[in-house]
Amino acid sequence: MTVATILEMVLAAVVLALGVWTIAARETFAATVGYVAYGLLVPLIWVRLDAVDVALTEAAIGGGLGGVLLLGAAARLRPSEPATAAETPGKIVRLSAAGASVMIAAALAAAVLLLPDPAPTLAPAAVANASATGLANPVTNVLMAFRAMDTMLEKVVLLLAIVGVWSLASDRAWGGRPGPRHQAGPHGVLVFLARLLPPVGIVVGIYILWTGANHPGGAFQGGSILAAMWLLVIMAGLTDTPAVGGRWLRLVLIAGPGVFLIVGLGGLCFGPAFLAYPLPPHAKPLILIIEVAMVSTIAVTLGLLLAGAPERSDQG
Amino acid sequence: MTEFLTAALGFILAMLALGLVSILRGPGDADRMMAAQLIGTGGIAALLLLGAVTGVPAATDVALTIALLATFASIAFVKKGLPQLDADEAGSTEDR
Amino acid sequence: MSFALDILTIVAVSAGAFFFLAGTVGLLRFPDTLTRLHALTKADNLGLGLVVLGLLPQAGSLRHGLKLVGIWLLALLAGATVSQLIARAARQSGSAR
Repeated sequence: MTVATILEMVLAAVVLALGVWTIAARETFAATVGYVAYGLLVPLIWVRLDAVDVALTEAAIGGGLGGVLLLGAAARLRPSEPATAAETPGKIVRLSAAGASVMIAAALAAAVLLLPDPAPTLAPAAVANASATGLANPVTNVLMAFRAMDTMLEKVVLLLAIVGVWSLASDRAWGGRPGPRHQAGPHGVLVFLARLLPPVGIVVGIYILWTGANHPGGAFQGGSILAAMWLLVIMAGLTDTPAVGGRWLRLVLIAGPGVFLIVGLGGLCFGPAFLAYPLPPHAKPLILIIEVAMVSTIAVTLGLLLAGAPERSDQG
Repeated sequence: MTEFLTAALGFILAMLALGLVSILRGPGDADRMMAAQLIGTGGIAALLLLGAVTGVPAATDVALTIALLATFASIAFVKKGLPQLDADEAGSTEDR
Repeated sequence: MSFALDILTIVAVSAGAFFFLAGTVGLLRFPDTLTRLHALTKADNLGLGLVVLGLLPQAGSLRHGLKLVGIWLLALLAGATVSQLIARAARQSGSAR
């Protein structure tokens, strides 16, 4: 048994135990902490499996942003927690849920373990066709060129999510600012951190976007980091959430899928098909323009999704 | 060298696991807030070692992301999802 | 030369692992939140610094090495400020009991 195998077993055991603890935790806050810890440890597994782009996304979304979303939800649900605790489902419901979960997990495990060896995959074809765009990162090639349609539609899904969250606003708060106004002591530690960290975070976010062309990274991971930095500034009370009725805000929100669509239609008019890019020297600037638009949209969308539904009317 | 680094990585992971057990068991919310801080340092060390062991230099980018997001998560924990942070004013504690 | 660098890596990473051990022992053995927070932040930050020092000779390029040092500095900043906030939150909830 090599040292590497022992390492993998330790890693798997830690993550599994953390997952079990998160589910078994009694308090909401404890469970949220467990969930964030889990989201920050799973990237280790992804890196071990050589899937660094997935590790970046897991760290950004599962670790940071997902945990904050759950915390905000837990804070809002706290007044109604006694009432929900009184409604715990009966033993039969919980046993059937456990049984169904075990069967699904067993089916997934069987599907993965019974894959033929070598497993059928298009990865070598994706790597071999990197000359189609001139980018070296095969994941970016798949996302932005070979399956660009999926990526574009995902951005539209983000837009629909934001519309869904906004639709929870009361009539009075429609078009207003999401969430409460955060406050922190102006000479305190939190404000200090919120002044020092975001510039570094913004540089890192843009770097991750830029390096996604040839190394693991990309628009989504970079946008998540930018969203986290924006939310940090909001949480320290240094700036307020934007009014969701603002025109510039809505322009940024549709910029990502919008630019993607325009480039796609350009491919239809000047090229062979929808979303067809020109030959390699010209494909990269186009992809870069799309990614810049996408990163702004993703950062603003994720930030607004975590800020919540508008609660204060714009004048307040 | 690779075996040594792998052993060091496994050791640090085991320390991380022990630390998590202690933190998550802790009686109050303040103890649990340390979890993101623990992973922010232990997890980064483990990830950097993992990058060196498996020969994946991009692991440092993941470590950079985790550093930023773990800090962000820690602050969110301290605020507990609330808009106010009572304990933050520089002169408000009794350390005169 | 590379032998000396390898020795540096082994010594530094071992020292870093030792500090992680010290931090975890402190976390397990210290009686209350504030002392445990101290053990966690100080020992683990030093442990990370020594691990980074040990990995610098193995880094492929200057840029990679600078990135490693940058990560450590970021962890230091985050550790210093966040532990302040957690300590105040702990004191607040402790005095409010």
